[in-house]
Amino acid sequence: MNRATASLPRSVAAHAILISYTVIALFPVFVILINSFKSRRSIFGAPMMPPTPETFDLVGYRMVLTQGDFLTYFQNSFIVTVASLFFVLLFGAMAAFALSEYRFRGNRLMGLYLALGIMIPIRLGTVAILQMMVASGLVNTLTALILVYTAQGLPLAVFILTEFMSGVSDDLKNAGRIDGLSEYRIFFRLVLPLVRPAMATVAVFTMIPIWNDLWFPLILAPSEATKTVTLGAQMFIGQYVTNWNAVLAALSLAILPVLVLYLIFSRQLIRGITSGAVK
Amino acid sequence: MTAEAAPKRPFRWHIIVFLAPAVLVYTAIMIVPLFGTLQFSLFRNVSGGHTFVGLDNFRTLFGDPNWSRGFWNALWNNVWFFIIHMLVQNPIGILLAALLSSPKLRLSSFYRTAIFIPTILSFVIVGFAWKLILSPIWGVAPNLLDLVGLKSLFTPWLGKEEYALTALSLISVWQFVGIPMMLIYAALLSIPDEVIEAAECDGVTGMAQFWKIKLPLVLPSIGIISVLTFVANFNAFDLIYSAQGALAGPNYSTDILGTFLYRAFFGFQLQVGDRNMGAAIATMMFLIILTGVCLYLFLIQTRLRRYQF
Repeated sequence: MNRATASLPRSVAAHAILISYTVIALFPVFVILINSFKSRRSIFGAPMMPPTPETFDLVGYRMVLTQGDFLTYFQNSFIVTVASLFFVLLFGAMAAFALSEYRFRGNRLMGLYLALGIMIPIRLGTVAILQMMVASGLVNTLTALILVYTAQGLPLAVFILTEFMSGVSDDLKNAGRIDGLSEYRIFFRLVLPLVRPAMATVAVFTMIPIWNDLWFPLILAPSEATKTVTLGAQMFIGQYVTNWNAVLAALSLAILPVLVLYLIFSRQLIRGITSGAVK
Repeated sequence: MTAEAAPKRPFRWHIIVFLAPAVLVYTAIMIVPLFGTLQFSLFRNVSGGHTFVGLDNFRTLFGDPNWSRGFWNALWNNVWFFIIHMLVQNPIGILLAALLSSPKLRLSSFYRTAIFIPTILSFVIVGFAWKLILSPIWGVAPNLLDLVGLKSLFTPWLGKEEYALTALSLISVWQFVGIPMMLIYAALLSIPDEVIEAAECDGVTGMAQFWKIKLPLVLPSIGIISVLTFVANFNAFDLIYSAQGALAGPNYSTDILGTFLYRAFFGFQLQVGDRNMGAAIATMMFLIILTGVCLYLFLIQTRLRRYQF
């Protein structure tokens, strides 16, 4: 803990607790992944064993790829996530710039209004959102999901980015103004590149709940052509609930892309959290 | 600077251009539907027309035994769901954060990364993965308990009315423990070294230092985590839906407000979907969440002293 009392038993105990919790955190994911590569017999015979050449079997994956249209689901999830992310970052950064850079009447009120959405979940408006999407013919389109997720992501994005943008040096922006840059150029050329780390943090926070959401795909876009991976996996597993190979393979397919992305960006994400981006 | 010069300047259109897209999308897709939903709860479809009925939907919700039993059951389950989170998730999160923040700990970034992994997975994956692991057919959980000699404790937890909700709450805790861990870890790191050194000079070390110095300093973070947990719990749906289905079995014992709203709004099996009753339940959820957030903002946050370093 500190220099005066740090001792061997203390640090052994700390590692013991952390290792046991790490095992608890990773165990279920590990069991699902290893068993998805095994034949049905060994899934039940020796669930804790990693696949060996004798028990290795891809039958579950073959089933998933032929029965479910996972390629389409992945594509849908990808389109929805990337498009929403783009709009959240662009619109969020623009609004954050206006709030942090200019003093105008109603500035704080506008900030509060936009921050409301951090605490009040958008799901509570579902009844009217569905009504609106039906009226505008957007049910079962990816556009509906993109609109909803953009609105959902904006409050937190504006909140975090406003704090970061007020830290950008005024001298730099004023130098730009003296050189005759328009306000738009100052934003896109000078400020945006400087807040890139904060944008990355916002991107990760926005992306995870969108990719993982079940509620809105289920309600706004449940058709076969617009299913996202989360909904697709949910329905597929519901149908094949007794086919353990297929269920485990579908789960693994849903886990793997997120896991790989996380391992690539985890440094960024953790730095974002611990730098006080979210207080 | 700009404020003083503002009256003489031409109207600053760029402010509107910068704000407009975010404000428009947010207002149109989030704020308007939110109030639209509150409004729907005061209407009802009577003989084809959409008529204003005042608080009739709420009278049905609380007066009709079929509805009120479901509502109070869901609300109570939701409260239990929240209590388990507060009692289990936060202490574990604080413990892990305290261990991780000790300066000489090796491998701390590995632990952080690994313990956060469940948090990034979707509820669907988490729900099914645990359903499989706890399943008596597969036998992973009984085998593990057998290793430590506790096999007799095993029952199909998710299938028993008295355990299912607690089991699901613990699964949700397992998934989200990374969030309090990270936020408290960040708060602990931001405590300046001088404070710690001063404590050491006064002979406050080890556990006493944690309880008397560090914990009071991270209380504001614990407050924020609690209100975030509250909002997330009273709005939860996905985990119960993926693990137990829309009927939130066995015998509605895991029904929370989110699944109750889903069934009321869309209908399920024998129940016919009812938009206005759905809106009435959403309104109740809105009021509950609003009350919680206001309590936090006006009672708790103002009392917690914030320390500026």
